[in-house]
Amino acid sequence: MTALYSLSDYDAIKPLAWVGLGNYSRLMADDRFWVAVKNTLYFTVTSVPARLALALFLAMLLSLKVRGQAVYRTVFFLPTIVPLVVSAVLWMWVFNAQSGLLNGALQQIGIDNPPGWLADRAWAKPALVLMSLWGIGGSMVIFLAGLADVPQSLYEVADLDGAGPLSKFRHVTLPMISPVILFNLVIGLINGFQYFTEVYVMTNGRGDPADSTLFYALYLYRTAFYYLQLGYASAMAWIMFVVILGATLAVLASSKRWVHYHAD
Amino acid sequence: MPTNPINGIIARLLLVAASILFLAPFVWMLSTSLKSESRIMPKPGEAIQWIPTTDKLDDEGRTMVTYNGKTATNLGRDEATGKFKLLLDGQEVEAWEEDFTNQQRIGLHWQNYVNAFEIIDFPRSLRNTLFICFTTVIGTLISCSLIAYSFSRIEWPGRNLLFILVLATMMIPYEVELIPLFVLYKELGWTGTFKPLIVPAFLGTPFYIFLLRQFFMGIPKDLSAAAVIDGCSEFGIFAHVILPLSKPALATTALFMFLFQWGDFLNPLVFLQDDRQWTLSLALQQFQSQHTSAWGPLMAMSTVITTPIIALFFLTQRTFIQGITMTGLKG
Repeated sequence: MTALYSLSDYDAIKPLAWVGLGNYSRLMADDRFWVAVKNTLYFTVTSVPARLALALFLAMLLSLKVRGQAVYRTVFFLPTIVPLVVSAVLWMWVFNAQSGLLNGALQQIGIDNPPGWLADRAWAKPALVLMSLWGIGGSMVIFLAGLADVPQSLYEVADLDGAGPLSKFRHVTLPMISPVILFNLVIGLINGFQYFTEVYVMTNGRGDPADSTLFYALYLYRTAFYYLQLGYASAMAWIMFVVILGATLAVLASSKRWVHYHAD
Repeated sequence: MPTNPINGIIARLLLVAASILFLAPFVWMLSTSLKSESRIMPKPGEAIQWIPTTDKLDDEGRTMVTYNGKTATNLGRDEATGKFKLLLDGQEVEAWEEDFTNQQRIGLHWQNYVNAFEIIDFPRSLRNTLFICFTTVIGTLISCSLIAYSFSRIEWPGRNLLFILVLATMMIPYEVELIPLFVLYKELGWTGTFKPLIVPAFLGTPFYIFLLRQFFMGIPKDLSAAAVIDGCSEFGIFAHVILPLSKPALATTALFMFLFQWGDFLNPLVFLQDDRQWTLSLALQQFQSQHTSAWGPLMAMSTVITTPIIALFFLTQRTFIQGITMTGLKG
């Protein structure tokens, strides 16, 4: 259905009118479309690796079997169950330029002129990336389970070979948990491309300031449900689908070279 | 991984530091929700205030101040001189505003909760949210367990192909489905009702079909065969053998669905029109967009929406972590 709509001019009130590939050529000339593409790529390329690294780092700390492991795990997982609208509103307040928690803390450690975060077009996207790190609990739990499945004997063998901690991480841990990394990476990419609720709430659906947080899904939503250009929005949706599919397939194809499945 | 004592200490320190960073926003939310307006917006250069305070008053409701290191009572401004009159050790003295500071005590400002409840009609939003949560959980349990049963325990031609198709739909971004769904529901006259939010749950959700199918696959085939010998029908096997054995997977499904619906924003945003139908998430967002700097009531509302979920999480932690691991690793 979306494919059909994408070839038409349709507002759900007047009858549908065929425009062939017109929507797609209009998109190619639409500056805001390209802004949205760039913003979304920036967000995905920065937040996905940062989230994976932090989730893996915390999971590795937890897998050291320190006392109170369950408590720490709960703490790191808690933000993931908070409704997205709530975390968006909460972080707007944390990022508040004058009275927010973040700038309050920065001023306390001697940074007198902290950025305006969401109010500043240069800092709005980094702020959203920072906020996304708060929600890594799900990936962390999956990493934790993956780490628990690494056979202890492999580390013992590595010890006999005189391997240091870094070398064990590089040659034992990483290859053994590579299927879990792949899973988290694919899910992370798909979610990154569809990033919507937080930015909708935090900018009241506008993608402020100066379109610096106009993400692809937000622009699509505005096109479809503010301007009721359902045909044009369907074309955007199709491009999104193809890009996500392409990215996922590319990751899966590359995974043959870096993912090792256990022989068992 | 083997540990030596020093690594253990470093790991502990890092974990404690990370925990503080992860918890800080929660504490900040709770703290703000209990602060009065004047405490929420501190003066520039003032330290972060974690514990809500209020001005200390004496028995007659007058502000207590510290002046030259001593406690005094503020008697109010003298309009003629612009100075304040203070009662210090039984004597009246005059002082400029900047020469004394108001004394503080811990003071919880519950008014934010009252205000928030009034502005967004909390009971109605809660009722709407719970109605959607419970109906969709029931719908999902019925539809997905039946579909998963058919995909796992009954042989029929084309089964695996259809199952792969169901899985493939999980790859499609929701935004792609949203526009045709919107047009469909509009044609049916369903927009502005709860139907677009509830009916799909009764038709099955790929993610939960997948989860339950994986679980059902692990139940030995012999059990079904034994039930057949005992004279069980196919539905009897489903109801009396498979379902009772699948409680963990069913609990995970119910829990995830409930959480998703509790926090869902996009669907209510697109399909609901009337503010009498708003869910908690939608009400919070609307409230936020109209009162951008009412941080006290906003944080009060956020706390109220989050607390039941956190309580639910603590009650069901085991199911939760197992569920995540189940979907993440057996994929």
